[in-house]
Amino acid sequence: MSEVLVLVDHVDGAVRKPTYELLAIAKRLGEPSAVFIGGADKAAEVAEKVKAYGAEKVYVVDDAQIKGYLVAPKAEVLQQLAEKVSPAAILIPSSAEGKEIGARLSIKLESGLITDAVDVTSDGVATQSVFAGNFTLQGKVTKGTPIITVKPNSAAPEEGAGAGTVEEFAATISDAAKKAQIVAAQPRQATGRPELTEAAIVVSGGRGTGGNFEPVEGLADALGAAVGASRAAVDSGWKPHTFQVGQTGKTVSPQLYVANGISGAIQHRAGMQTSKTIVAVNKDEEAPIFELVDFGVVGDLHTVLPAATAEITKRKG
Amino acid sequence: MNIVVCVKYVPDATADRQFESDNTVDRVGVDGLLSELDEYAVEQALQLKEKAGDDTEVTALCIGPEKAVDAVRKALQMGADKGVHVSDDAIAGSDYAATSLVLAKAIEKIGQPDVVMCGMASTDASGGVVPAMLAERLGLPQVTLAAVVETQGGQVRIKRDGDTATEVIGGTMPLVLSVTDQSGEARYPSFKGIMAAKKKPLETWSLGDIGVDAGQVGLDAAWTTVEDTTARPPRTAGEIVKDEDGSGATALVEFLASKKFI
Repeated sequence: MSEVLVLVDHVDGAVRKPTYELLAIAKRLGEPSAVFIGGADKAAEVAEKVKAYGAEKVYVVDDAQIKGYLVAPKAEVLQQLAEKVSPAAILIPSSAEGKEIGARLSIKLESGLITDAVDVTSDGVATQSVFAGNFTLQGKVTKGTPIITVKPNSAAPEEGAGAGTVEEFAATISDAAKKAQIVAAQPRQATGRPELTEAAIVVSGGRGTGGNFEPVEGLADALGAAVGASRAAVDSGWKPHTFQVGQTGKTVSPQLYVANGISGAIQHRAGMQTSKTIVAVNKDEEAPIFELVDFGVVGDLHTVLPAATAEITKRKG
Repeated sequence: MNIVVCVKYVPDATADRQFESDNTVDRVGVDGLLSELDEYAVEQALQLKEKAGDDTEVTALCIGPEKAVDAVRKALQMGADKGVHVSDDAIAGSDYAATSLVLAKAIEKIGQPDVVMCGMASTDASGGVVPAMLAERLGLPQVTLAAVVETQGGQVRIKRDGDTATEVIGGTMPLVLSVTDQSGEARYPSFKGIMAAKKKPLETWSLGDIGVDAGQVGLDAAWTTVEDTTARPPRTAGEIVKDEDGSGATALVEFLASKKFI
């Protein structure tokens, strides 16, 4: 069986969950090989983690020379590795940087790229959700090495040790790839809540909150959920853009999505329409969001949510 | 300074968008327009021009069928100086790779740009990968998804919401720059702008004009194939209750409990 390269998604050596999801998909396509581009001092720790989720090989690429440079050096690393091992496919997390790495790699390798896959079968057919979630596409790469970027929550991580053989890989990075650089970064403050795109439950607020997100956050915490916001709430300055669910924000597909004081414009639907169960609370019974819901409450979120939160807390005892 | 802004003509996102029998996007049956997300790119290109002075030229570049010229016209009405529309029947059905090839070849013909400006993604395919592919083809760095754009001479600094941090990213022109809808409201064409646009140069180029072989683009040359498109079944109408004296909260909790979320 051929190797399948999986680019490890991590922050300073802390492996993020989508990596394990990609390893699970890689097992369907061949033998998973994790590619860790990061600090050499973190390599052993990362290798242990990805090994536990089935990585047969772990390529370690020391990023001392390229740290802080965006996209292009990582595309060169994957290109050189792909030329050496001729993988059956290359899987990359569908983050902003991941998609751009895939884009550059696609041109370098003259290989087809599929972005934002929500599933990949053993014969390489990828599923995508398009047109604001109104259509599902089945697609396949027909030229070169399939490069597929995969969205979070697209597969369940599968524990089960692989060989986890560590191999150092020294890539040659061109000067041209070192032209766009992160000059400052402010890591996001930990909220203590799950990551929006990875959460099983998302509770969102919109214009109807009037800027008071306490009821929304209260319900989110009672349910162990992530907090989201509509574009209207973000444009009003009530929540940072990183909370935005929708066409130009995050696309989420949780088990449960609770929309509060959100009318349900197409741009918002694009970010949440594929959620398994949808619930809405809105004062306006004509709000289009009610066309999507499994359950809806026509009422004021400022009274409904605190009462629901209290009841949930009581039941949990 | 020489700025090329890439604009896409897309089916109206608020209309009932469909696919053709060959699984390509229906670009005829639904009214089209300049992709909303590209309006922000035009706006930022115009702001760069206003800051840099009069010797800066903004060229709006569009690939697409005959009707796609509307997207170029809109950019000219907003204030771009000239327009280029690459139109050729052979382009229909092109994927990301072919689209980026045609854009790159057209940009080479337009001349050495200092900035290639793009929207964050199209509102139809919404992949968001063409700016990076274009940068790769042109051998340029890319600085993407900017919420704030600042320039000083040839230096560009942007702020953006990265995947795990808020980032400041720096690069030196020439480069590819993409901007989000956070970058600032796009201007509406003024009456004066609409009148002036009629006299602005607008060229239509074929593949031959930019030195691209028809066999390199279009559906048959695509590096990916769409095997099937399925409309998502409409969600079946759920239960809607009216909140009266707290009944809404109780019903909501009952529903969540019945689905085992509590």
